[in-house]
Amino acid sequence: MTTGSSVTPQAAEGDRMQKLSASEHERTALKRNGLVDRVFEITTRGSALMVLLLLGTITGSLVLAGWPALSELGLSFFTDDRWAANVNRFGALPAIYGTLVTSLIAIAIAIPVSLGIAIFLTEICPPKLRRTIGTMVELLAGVPSIIYGMWGMEVLAPFLQSHFPSVFPAGTGLTTAGLILAIMIIPFITAVTRDVMNTVPSIMRESAYGLGCTTWEVVRHVIFPSVKAGMLGGVILGLGRALGETMAVTFVIGNNLFLNATVTGQGTSIAALIANQFSEADGLQRSALLLLGLVLFLITFAVLALARFMLNRTNQRAPS
Amino acid sequence: MNPVYRRRRMVNRIIMMASLLASAFGVIWLFLILLTLVTKGVPALSLDVFTERTRMSGGGLGNAILGSLIMTALATVGGTLIGISAGTWLAEYGGRSRLASLIRFINDVLLSAPSIIIGLYIYAVVVLPMGHFSGWAGMAALMVIIIPVVIRSTEDMLLLVPNSLREAAAALGAHRWLIVLRVCYSGAKAGITTGVLLGCARISGETAPLLFTALNTNQWNFFNMGSEMPNLPMVLYQNMTINSFIPAQVALAWAGALVLTAAVLILNILARVSAARSQK
Repeated sequence: MTTGSSVTPQAAEGDRMQKLSASEHERTALKRNGLVDRVFEITTRGSALMVLLLLGTITGSLVLAGWPALSELGLSFFTDDRWAANVNRFGALPAIYGTLVTSLIAIAIAIPVSLGIAIFLTEICPPKLRRTIGTMVELLAGVPSIIYGMWGMEVLAPFLQSHFPSVFPAGTGLTTAGLILAIMIIPFITAVTRDVMNTVPSIMRESAYGLGCTTWEVVRHVIFPSVKAGMLGGVILGLGRALGETMAVTFVIGNNLFLNATVTGQGTSIAALIANQFSEADGLQRSALLLLGLVLFLITFAVLALARFMLNRTNQRAPS
Repeated sequence: MNPVYRRRRMVNRIIMMASLLASAFGVIWLFLILLTLVTKGVPALSLDVFTERTRMSGGGLGNAILGSLIMTALATVGGTLIGISAGTWLAEYGGRSRLASLIRFINDVLLSAPSIIIGLYIYAVVVLPMGHFSGWAGMAALMVIIIPVVIRSTEDMLLLVPNSLREAAAALGAHRWLIVLRVCYSGAKAGITTGVLLGCARISGETAPLLFTALNTNQWNFFNMGSEMPNLPMVLYQNMTINSFIPAQVALAWAGALVLTAAVLILNILARVSAARSQK
């Protein structure tokens, strides 16, 4: 036993241990920080999971709200060539046809133009100008879609009507809508194409130039083959945009609710039909419009998923 | 000169000319649209446009601009908080796990999902249960659109922060949450700001999701989010469609279009300035 001020070796050892290990204060601080760590991770994970919840509830609510129309109309919803709420005929064919035709026209115009801009920006543009032109194209993507619609209706449609009256008797129609959509998606396709073309290592370009290739031959035989999937992804991304675009199309498509199997005639698209009719719709009509929304969502989801799949494949392979 | 060489050079020149023309074709629309906006919008601009409320005849766009500002601001704040939080998890905790990859993929798809679908969705889950159109519904729709934008840019920017910085902070004894808040966020701040500004620009021009959520009204609405909220894009839409037989309303719509486009483009340019600063 210890007496007075003399200290046994065991007690001195214990004292030193206590000095080395965490004090009460430090221990609570550690515990608190550990707790904050847990809370932080759980909160952020909760927010991330909201993305899945969002997708689930979007699909779920549209299926639920469109179900009455689907059970009432059955397959005729997809085959009937006329949408007439006053006689309870809800055929989605004109809208689906219009959506596909306008988007394809847009893609057909936008692909060559976007490729041209991307080649210009990456290969031949002087570096000083590159930034300016790139920014201008990107600003085009920032213009709200309703502005495109107003411009299309007040400027483009009258112009087409007065200069090509045989093709555009009314000015508005599927091709006019396709043209507006093309202008809207050019910036998207251009941005993706330019970015994937920039991922090609410059040593590959220089080697090809060193062999005596012209700029076009370098682009055609060296750059295009190595970024094919990425460019296709960009094009499909643009297609996804065009399929779901609403306001710009609503103004210039003509809003004809009968199936008009021409390319230049007036028609409607899924998004335009919903925008035009939904606020006054009720009962079966509302359910049918929500079902139409589900169809559009499924189409665009499939298209966009494909685009992402192809883009991710390029990004994984190419060093950026 | 060798005919093969000559042909190759010709082909090259033609293609390069074509790509130059394509660039001119791509850029010219921006000028045409801006030109139309200025020629049609400027004559209709006056102080009344900003101070008067919308009416069937005369009036201005004051209530619509205010309503748009309120909804856009609230949606941006809410969307930024959720988006940064989710983006943080994807970049700092999720990594390459299967769940994170799935969330990333779904987020990329939602990033370009049609905005009218978002409007229908909010109609089904907010407007129908509430029984009437409201500012809350409009705000929720805009928030759903901005969240994926913020998530994407937050994650991209956090991944640019070098791992050695995280390791240095950890070696000094910092906990993970402190590392994220103090080290990662300060490195990614400018990039995330760019993303938020771009998202804000995008939702301020959105019309389709507001059609059946916030709707529109001719009255002033100061923060009464429970009732219909006037907003600029809807006024443009209505004045160009159902009110298009009144020339004054069409002129007013062009003034509104000019204001809206100017606001959106300024936000876009601010975002680019912030991005340029972050690269230095």
